[in-house]
Amino acid sequence: MTDIVTAIVWLVGSAFALLAAVGVLRMPDVFTRMQASTKASTLGLGCLLIGAALQMGDFASFVRVASIGAFVLLTTPVAGHVIARASYYSEVPLWNGTVLDERKGKK
Amino acid sequence: MLEIVSQITLVTLGVALLLAFIRLVKGPTLPDRIVAMDLFGMLVVGLIVVLAGWSRVRATLDAAIVIALIGFLGTVAYATYVERGDPQ
Repeated sequence: MTDIVTAIVWLVGSAFALLAAVGVLRMPDVFTRMQASTKASTLGLGCLLIGAALQMGDFASFVRVASIGAFVLLTTPVAGHVIARASYYSEVPLWNGTVLDERKGKK
Repeated sequence: MLEIVSQITLVTLGVALLLAFIRLVKGPTLPDRIVAMDLFGMLVVGLIVVLAGWSRVRATLDAAIVIALIGFLGTVAYATYVERGDPQ
């Protein structure tokens, strides 16, 4: 039973990780790429962590897995925000199809 | 069964690493490369976590913690560098 759940969760997690990488490769500009990478990779890594915790099955490794998960959930949005801010202010060109740029001309 | 599944998972994560690496090489601007590096760190943490669950060696998880930490610090440092520019 544990093995089956682990297998499902690992397959889902690696599929999300692959989707994140495909998004980073195929999206048109930095901001869309960044949102693909941060969202999908957080979800994928979460699934992989659940599977590993099920496989290890003892308290010490559960604590480690939970701390990795909490750390990733806390830091990924911060890292994404910092990259987006830095790339916007260093005037990386937006994609042609961008509909709204609220800070245009304000700097 | 878990043997095969973990091999499939590891191969999928490897392919994802390869795609992120292509973006890292192509990446027209510097922030593109930073995003690719960030994803790279995330995928490596995932790879190590799967290896830890497969081999049941607990010390492997500590390596994953360290890599997650260093990846975040590296991303923030790169972003600060991009925003401030080269110190003259």
